[in-house]
Amino acid sequence: MAEAAREALLVVDDVTLKFGGVTALDGVSFEIREGEILGLIGPNGAGKTTCFNVMTGVYRPTSGEARFTGRPLTDLKRFEITKLGIARTFQNIRLFKSMTVLENVKVGYDARSRKGIISAILRTPAQRREEAAGDQRARELLEFVGIAGRADELAANLSYGDQRRLEIARAMATGPKLLCLDEPAAGFNPAEKAKLMDLIRKVRDEGYTVLLIEHDMRLVMGVTDRIVVLEFGQKIAEGSPAEIRDNPAVIAAYLGVDEDDAS
Amino acid sequence: MTRLPSLSFGGRVDALPKWSKVLLWILLALFFYALPLLELPVIKTPDTDFAGVLFTVAIYCLVALGLNIVVGYAGLLDLGYVGFYAVGAYTVGVLTAAHASWPYLLVIPVAVIVAMISGVILGAPTLRVRGDYLAIVTLGFGEIIRLVITNLSWLGGARGISGIPGPPSVPANNADGTVTDPLFEIPHLVWQNGQPLVDLDNKTKFLKFGVIDAVPYYWFALSIIILVLIADILIKDSRVGRAWEATREDEDAAELMGVPTFKFKLLAFAMGAFIGGLSGALFAGKQGFINPQSFQLLLSILFLAAVVVGGQGNRWGVLVGAALVVYLPERFRGFEEWRVLAFGIALMVLAIYRPEGVIPPRQKRRAKKMQQEIEALEEGALDDAEVTHG
Amino acid sequence: MDFALLFDHFFEYTITGLALGSIYALIALGYTMVYGVLQLINFAHSEVFMFGTFAVVWVLFAFHATPASSTAAVIGYLAVALVVAMAVSGGIALLLERVAYRPLINRNAPKLVALISAIGASFVLSEAMGLRDEIAKKLHIDGGIGRYIAKARETSSIPIDINPKTLFTVGDYGVTTIDLLLIGAALVMMLLLDQFIRRSRLGRGIRAVAQDPEAAALMGVNATRVIQTTFLIGGMMAGAAATLYMVKIGTTRFNAGFILGVKAFTAAVLGGIGNLRGALLGGLVLGVAENWGSAVFGSEWKDVVAFVLLVLVLLFRPTGLLGESLGKARA
Repeated sequence: MAEAAREALLVVDDVTLKFGGVTALDGVSFEIREGEILGLIGPNGAGKTTCFNVMTGVYRPTSGEARFTGRPLTDLKRFEITKLGIARTFQNIRLFKSMTVLENVKVGYDARSRKGIISAILRTPAQRREEAAGDQRARELLEFVGIAGRADELAANLSYGDQRRLEIARAMATGPKLLCLDEPAAGFNPAEKAKLMDLIRKVRDEGYTVLLIEHDMRLVMGVTDRIVVLEFGQKIAEGSPAEIRDNPAVIAAYLGVDEDDAS
Repeated sequence: MTRLPSLSFGGRVDALPKWSKVLLWILLALFFYALPLLELPVIKTPDTDFAGVLFTVAIYCLVALGLNIVVGYAGLLDLGYVGFYAVGAYTVGVLTAAHASWPYLLVIPVAVIVAMISGVILGAPTLRVRGDYLAIVTLGFGEIIRLVITNLSWLGGARGISGIPGPPSVPANNADGTVTDPLFEIPHLVWQNGQPLVDLDNKTKFLKFGVIDAVPYYWFALSIIILVLIADILIKDSRVGRAWEATREDEDAAELMGVPTFKFKLLAFAMGAFIGGLSGALFAGKQGFINPQSFQLLLSILFLAAVVVGGQGNRWGVLVGAALVVYLPERFRGFEEWRVLAFGIALMVLAIYRPEGVIPPRQKRRAKKMQQEIEALEEGALDDAEVTHG
Repeated sequence: MDFALLFDHFFEYTITGLALGSIYALIALGYTMVYGVLQLINFAHSEVFMFGTFAVVWVLFAFHATPASSTAAVIGYLAVALVVAMAVSGGIALLLERVAYRPLINRNAPKLVALISAIGASFVLSEAMGLRDEIAKKLHIDGGIGRYIAKARETSSIPIDINPKTLFTVGDYGVTTIDLLLIGAALVMMLLLDQFIRRSRLGRGIRAVAQDPEAAALMGVNATRVIQTTFLIGGMMAGAAATLYMVKIGTTRFNAGFILGVKAFTAAVLGGIGNLRGALLGGLVLGVAENWGSAVFGSEWKDVVAFVLLVLVLLFRPTGLLGESLGKARA
């Protein structure tokens, strides 16, 4: 028990979130441990995205809190949360369309920049060093996710799959401890999904912790270390992929089996 | 037969070695310095002193560069930009004429800092407000400033402030106001039957800032534009420029990528105010007097038109836009009456058919060029395929 | 700062403020409805109003009205002018929607682009009025319309005298027929509009589109029709405001729309943008605040009151006093 607590990177502590009359999350608690790939799944409307947004500081819970390396996330501004070490991608891909691929990644890297406008005008040695380091790191990341050849193209012109890879590279550029991927495989064919699984494992092997929201069961089962299952805003199961796969409550949640309605 | 992608003018220029590019820029700058002296017949303005028109173009260009940072780079629609222009001009007026007699060159940095502070004061509460509301708030501020300068007698009221000195002449004039001899004189050209001749009756005294000859003021403004342009290029190609562009594209995503968007929006406002105030200070120094008539809302709209028509986010485009806004009505005298109508139509047409403006930002041009290259290569591949398969 | 002036003539400043505010309220309805349905600031609505004022002048010219005309005749002329002004303003509003906004709405363009188009349209309309003499010259139109064209950049006045009768007194101020007309008209228009929005099919459509355009489309609501109706009604209200304005003030210019437009927009935001009752409340509050401000600070600062209020509302309470939007059942 004590072992697990020491490794916990992000803790969701009895989080409840109500929007008007709707309870989107109801007393959800779990943790993400350093170095693991955690999957967050559940049927549509279960509250995955809401939970995700609480964990990345976009929403503020009605009660309970999310803590990252011990720090509560509630009062931090969004960009401060990024600086703390949480980075994310978006379900509906939110790249900076009119900027090039390389520039998109550089924006992520700039998050840790200390140089401002005066040093930009004067081109101080420190500023130039930082720019060079950013350029180099950005190219490394593009190489890592596999789109190095498209560095100078406009983000808008990339194929769908490459755009998703770019989003991952950009998020990694912020230098996070925890990388949160929001439905990264949406719209992919099986071959692309397999490549994505490889990439996610590569990311974890580089030392990042990964949180994954996904609908595709095979992908989740294949790549995660542990899974948390939500339904109607509540956590109904938590465990290894094998445990989850055989969990009757999870099966019921997805299949919605009701004896009387069974055709 | 394979067709090679043809290199555009821009493409050929880019390919030159660095030293020749620098040389080209220097030649271009020299041309602009020489422009009022050349008295070229085709572009001369009837009825108005050409050098004076060039000075006004320069002022507007400076304003356009500043507004381009706010609107084009950071994506903040500011309808009250004339306010910063007024703050710069009135600070100069107050400190050099109305309530003190400080030397003009010393007051310019003060005016710029005051304008910048007003930008921060305006920006701090308003930048949290969303886009279209921001536009109206800035419009409100611009009008408040105009009404204040019209009604406060401390600022000269409706009569304004007169007796504003310009930059000091070199060598300095006598204490009693009589003009000392200039260092040298540069004659203008005059054209007869398409032949340029040196006109010894029309000379610019170097370097005398007087009442009649606008050329030295134009040179002063042009030098400042060059400095601002260099700073603009350096800033845009740094994390500051990237942060602005990301904020403009998708503010929420930018924040989640670690960009402190509010700080950068405020910085854009402050930079815009700095340049706007600088331009106002230059205006006050040349004109010698200022009154509320020069700072109407209409001016904010014309400034905005210059930026939008020229292509938001494109510094060269907005310079062209500013030049058009000033120059066309002067060159085509009948046009003055129709100027505002024409720009109203231009704004509508551009908004509806071409939101990126007349010259799209370089990014898109680069992408288009790449598209063309790819197409050409693909065509080449197709042609080869046809050859083999006959 | 002269508070004594305000207190001595409190009722005068307040009641005339309400009358003035009624005009703001009627113009504000146009801003608030369009914003409620499209989230678009119709910057050119001020020119819709301005065209209405000129329609009133021109109708009176057409009737050859003079200061000697009988009261009954004048009332008749003004009634006709009201109808014509509402038609003209409504027409200009529809034209605006078709030319300046529809292409952008159809393309889901960003709001800022629509605002730029709106600004352009505003200047096209005001300059068209301000250049009408030049335009007439270019099109070789002449003969008899001299009065209508006049010197386009100058003020145009209605050719009649309106002497308001005092009906009763409140405190030491004699409330005039015009004061009552203005306030009464605003209330009546407000009521009619309220009923229309709540009871009619088009009114329900407007509320639906304001709340959720996609769902409304799925329910078979014709969005284009709804948008056109919104513009038309807003325009007609502005035309009514224009008539009342000319009755009270008597003069107009090609750029008279701007200041009134900004004040009406302030009223709309003050009351709660998208909220029809808010437009009425905001207009009345603004009219009174302006008058009080001009009493205390001096009449030259009158316009500053409006702009300062605008800035303060947008900064500190952008949802306005009543805060609700067109989408909810309250009109």
